Amino acid sequence: MTHVSIRDLTKTYVGAAQPSVDQLSLEIPSGELTALLGPSGCGKTTTMKMIAGLLEPTSGAIDFDGRSILRERPESRGVVMVFQNYLLFPYMSVADNVGFGLRMRKLPRAEIAARVAEMLALVRLPDLGGRRPADLSGGQQQRVALARALIVRPKVLLLDEPLSNLDAHLRLEMRDLIRSLQKELAITTIFVTHDQEEAVVLADRVALILDGRLRQYDRADLFYKRPRDEAVARFFGGQNFVEGRVAGGAFEGPLGRLDLPSGLADGPGTLTVRPEAIRLGSGPNARAARVIDRIYLGTQTRLKLRVGEVRLEAVVSPDAAEGVEVGQEVAIHLPPQALWVMGEGR
Amino acid sequence: MGRDPAWMRTLQVLLGALLIAWLILPLIPLAIWSFARGWRFPSLLPNQWTLDAWAFAFSSRSGVLESLWTTTLIALAATALSILVGVPAGRALGLHKFRGKQAVELLILAPIIVPGIAVALGIHGVFIALGLTNTLLGVALVHLIPTLPYMTLVMAGIFANYDPAFEDQARSLGASPLQTFRYVALPAIMPGIIVGGLFAFLVSWSQYVLTLLIGGGRVVTLPLLLFNFVSAGRNDVSGAIGMIYILPGILILLLTARHLSGRSGAVGGFGRV
Repeated sequence: MTHVSIRDLTKTYVGAAQPSVDQLSLEIPSGELTALLGPSGCGKTTTMKMIAGLLEPTSGAIDFDGRSILRERPESRGVVMVFQNYLLFPYMSVADNVGFGLRMRKLPRAEIAARVAEMLALVRLPDLGGRRPADLSGGQQQRVALARALIVRPKVLLLDEPLSNLDAHLRLEMRDLIRSLQKELAITTIFVTHDQEEAVVLADRVALILDGRLRQYDRADLFYKRPRDEAVARFFGGQNFVEGRVAGGAFEGPLGRLDLPSGLADGPGTLTVRPEAIRLGSGPNARAARVIDRIYLGTQTRLKLRVGEVRLEAVVSPDAAEGVEVGQEVAIHLPPQALWVMGEGR
Repeated sequence: MGRDPAWMRTLQVLLGALLIAWLILPLIPLAIWSFARGWRFPSLLPNQWTLDAWAFAFSSRSGVLESLWTTTLIALAATALSILVGVPAGRALGLHKFRGKQAVELLILAPIIVPGIAVALGIHGVFIALGLTNTLLGVALVHLIPTLPYMTLVMAGIFANYDPAFEDQARSLGASPLQTFRYVALPAIMPGIIVGGLFAFLVSWSQYVLTLLIGGGRVVTLPLLLFNFVSAGRNDVSGAIGMIYILPGILILLLTARHLSGRSGAVGGFGRV
């Protein structure tokens, strides 16, 4: 169990004008599974490599349980990184790959063999020890890479885009495997991904990094319900933003007066509502909307709407959208508990 | 192959035969000479056969065994030095982009393009000052001029297909820098070291001018000895030494034919998809 504390971590590559990681501070509680989420090139992998000791930070601190690890060499930090393309050693058997870390620690042969067998069983590949990595499927390679990392009992496990190379059906299986192993072994785990869905399904907590800076660090569901600002909301698929002000438990703006959930302080702000929270039919905060476009997406239907001058997007079930035509006027309502106001100081 | 038209197959066979003839035929008189006693025009074959030339070649009077040892030692040293310099150089060229890289690539090829003697004349002066002339070490060092380009280019090709992230992965799993080299980098680049090393060995083995210049006639390698007998008109002994001289080349060719065909790991290594 290791608590990871990152303070003001900065990395500026030689010759680069902008830092790749800019004063990142993050507390990662012991035994939790945390996602570093951000678009490609936002400095996530750079951050991981600094934790793993494969890159030297320009400035800042990384502590494990209150002790700095920056002076420790990568092989003695107790951090194992699993790369996105698995990097299984091609000329070693699966068993030799899994046992690699233990061989480097010069453990007795018999103990290595026993732990490799145990580990392969844990990732549900008990019979594949003799194969070559090239003979395995992508999902199997991923598990071997995971087994090879876990066998050395790391204090901190780093995963680089762990689900992104997998097919849709393998993703859920691998997600369950990673989560169950991580909980069982109680290893503090950090993974990076550019895919908000991957972050949400896998992580206990998500740290969203945009332009090398931490923008929001929260439980996954709060990025949908309580985004800190418009950029965060947009990254998570938010489409609807309305400028206005909060006054007496309601939002006043171009949509008129909308009832809000309780606890929002008065002042100017931007109202946001998830596309999937907008309902067709009557209810609280009802409005009349004109349908501008209707996009059928299989399991859901996306409606582009206009309420007065305000454009909104709604995602509804195909059944609910049955009979809704472009150009038609429909009744919608915005449930108060689905509304959220962002702004300075909120 | 099976789909080629008949005339194409005939052409392939003919060209192959021509190539073999071109490589093998000149060796036949050499072999015959080594067993001949008196072989004068216009006889098609020697009048008498003998093992005298071979007996002489392997006797201590001829100096063949001693120079065989000298040649081997120099070629091994030049190969080892080529590996020591060529592997890091090939890594830099294969993995990294840097300013002036094209110029460096050209300079590495330069010894193959520029006549070796031109370079060696300059080096000769330096080696005299350093006391390296007339020594085995000096000759081995000067052989790096023609051997290094081969070694470096082979290794650059290997490293161009090599993913250094494997080394990060090994470190992260607990391998020290030395272990990482031993268990991760070395197995991946070994085919290149073997092929490049064999090239370097053969190139050093066949040096004449550089050896003569730096060795000053004191370091007598096999080609120098061979030349002595050729210019003395001893065709029978020259034939015998010639046969010994070409042996490593043939052995290496047989051992590495598979690698040189371009289908093996020597041109692949890590990261080949």
